[in-house]
Amino acid sequence: MRRRQLAAGAIALASLFAMPFTARAQQPIEIQFWHGLNQPLGGMLEQLATDFNGSQAAYKVVPSFRGSYSETAVAAIAAFRANTAPHILQMFEVGTGTMMSAGRAVKPLHEIIAESGVAIDPRDFIGPVAGYYAAADGKMMALPFNSSTAITFYNKDMFQRAGLAPNAFPATWQGVEEAARKLKAAGIACPMTTSWPSWLMVEQLLAIHDVPLASRSNGFEGLNAELNLTNPLLVRHLTNLVNWQKEGLFRYAGRDSAADPVFPTGECAITFASSGLRARISREARFQWGAAMLPYYEGVEGAPRNSIIGGAAFWAMQRGPNTRRTPEELRGVAEFYRYITSPPVMAKWHQDTGYVPVTRSAYEASKQAGYYQQNPGADIPIEQMLRGGDPTPNSRGIRLGGFIEIRNIIQEEMERAFQGQVTPEQALASMNTRGNQVLRNFERTNRNN
Amino acid sequence: MQKKVIFKGRLLPLALLAPQLAVTFVFFFWPAGQAIYQSLLREDAFGFSREFVGLENFQEVLSDPSWVNAALNSLVFSGCVAGLALGLALFLAVQADKSLRGATVYRSLLIWPYAVAPAVAAVLWLFLFQPNVGLLGRGLNAIGIAWDYRLNGNQAMILVIIAAAWKQLAYNFIFFLAGLQSIPASVLEAAAIDGARPARRFWTIIFPLLSPTTFFLLVVNLTYAFFETFGIIHALTSGGPAKATETLIYKVYVDGVQNLNLGSSSAQSVILMILVIGLTAIQFRAVEKKVHY
Repeated sequence: MRRRQLAAGAIALASLFAMPFTARAQQPIEIQFWHGLNQPLGGMLEQLATDFNGSQAAYKVVPSFRGSYSETAVAAIAAFRANTAPHILQMFEVGTGTMMSAGRAVKPLHEIIAESGVAIDPRDFIGPVAGYYAAADGKMMALPFNSSTAITFYNKDMFQRAGLAPNAFPATWQGVEEAARKLKAAGIACPMTTSWPSWLMVEQLLAIHDVPLASRSNGFEGLNAELNLTNPLLVRHLTNLVNWQKEGLFRYAGRDSAADPVFPTGECAITFASSGLRARISREARFQWGAAMLPYYEGVEGAPRNSIIGGAAFWAMQRGPNTRRTPEELRGVAEFYRYITSPPVMAKWHQDTGYVPVTRSAYEASKQAGYYQQNPGADIPIEQMLRGGDPTPNSRGIRLGGFIEIRNIIQEEMERAFQGQVTPEQALASMNTRGNQVLRNFERTNRNN
Repeated sequence: MQKKVIFKGRLLPLALLAPQLAVTFVFFFWPAGQAIYQSLLREDAFGFSREFVGLENFQEVLSDPSWVNAALNSLVFSGCVAGLALGLALFLAVQADKSLRGATVYRSLLIWPYAVAPAVAAVLWLFLFQPNVGLLGRGLNAIGIAWDYRLNGNQAMILVIIAAAWKQLAYNFIFFLAGLQSIPASVLEAAAIDGARPARRFWTIIFPLLSPTTFFLLVVNLTYAFFETFGIIHALTSGGPAKATETLIYKVYVDGVQNLNLGSSSAQSVILMILVIGLTAIQFRAVEKKVHY
């Protein structure tokens, strides 16, 4: 009897203490999170937010899909001007220059870590990824999350049919050209294609060969950078691509990710694409396929080097021009960041999606779990990103303002060259002039930030 | 003398006009004023710095070869869309006007496409003409025509014209059919008795009597092709390849929304606004004078 009373009293007391906690738990602080990943990746990303919400009660991350990366970026910028910006914005890598120049619209990652005291170690991010999102003083501005790089995917069945070794993809462009010719001779209508024409055939190509895309270390050192697109390597490569297309070795299959489907459907034998395409290929391809590093031109000094990253990072934004985030909100952002970069979560994300493990700890965790032994080729992206040691100023990345527009210009002029309207030299010269115009406009409007 | 309603005070007529005026103000004058204001400025994307540049944005737009290219594309595109949509709709309406078995079914089916959203219409045509998965796209390639609108600018233009015209066909069809049905049968019968063959009856009686409808539709179709085909172009070609299908309205979107160049984009919308005002003025004058009712 006495014991029962005691127990009842204890429960009553406990619930008394618990009361304020449950009351608080009923109203967690909402963290708005806008992303630009479509299915199936978007669902996987939103699942992370749901898992985070389930793991604690103080914060609630509300993910919201806002269209493509560029649509998401534009929506967030418009929202900022209207004082309703999200806490976290997923911004693709070409928008990095724009965000870096956004001044007080952005709350830098290093400030969030310092102010919230949440344990996120910036040194855990692998070099090329950390460098991409670091300011001039080396401090990180954004949280890298779904970083990818570009690699080669090829159809082993078709290689076999053409009498090529299915397990040895040629390392050089010279070798790729020869292989494409054999594939064509074996009756394959589309020996090779590329996704993201500008990213793959211009930006990655230059980084791998250690050739600058723009002056001032590809724009890392200032807004007064000038494009360097008329260099001999690009002339050589674009001329090759145009000739290969005429010969039927290469097929231009559209801008951005428009060429993604032609590989998993078994139409094209070789594609150059984001490492993030891996998830789709493993699900859809009905043939033996392999992955390899991007080819390079034999005889170019300094090649091959590391490739640069793509994909997106998370930027914390202020609510509007005159509204700052509260410390509690920033703490919520930091806690979410800590959760998604913790080794098990990050390793799982990497393995499920084909994105690069952006932290060393996630890479090690995947290694120890034997993931790369069970999935041969899954470590190619990260191996390629770490190739050649520390990145050079030409392979660190690209930090140009208005680069979204410049990339469209590059793709447009490439299309003109493929149509035969202009020669490759003319196309490159035109890209350079038009792109520089964009850079000067950006410099002019962002001088004072 | 025209009849006039005389109000005693000023308050009542103002109150009656107010809703309409408010709508016009909120949805036209205010945004248009904003656009004019923005077109004189140069701003960064986040709105931190702002510089008054006078007419520099206009100067830049008008001397930009890609704007001239977009203007030419718009002319070709809207001309072809209006021509195709009007011609086909007239043909179909004349056929549907005959006494046929199941004419109502046939008419209803022809009206359907109007209920399809532009983006959906674009996707339907994409499924037909996509070179890899499209039925007709693959067919064309199989018979030796190198069909790839992602690389060939002319083919891309043809594709967006077909899709846009198809979408407008139903609307034109309804109006033409109504126009045809209001032509008195007695006139046609009299002509037939006089020995006029169907083709002659069409060109000398039906076509002139349809001219008010035709003119109205021409203006509506031109405005449609100019301003309401954004969704179709966006979903089919995104203005590409190499700007081959970039119309003026699409360029406003690319520069303003994608490239965040608000000044230039606003200047372009102001130019477009002037064009529309011009078109409308011409329309009203022509309606008053030329068209035979």
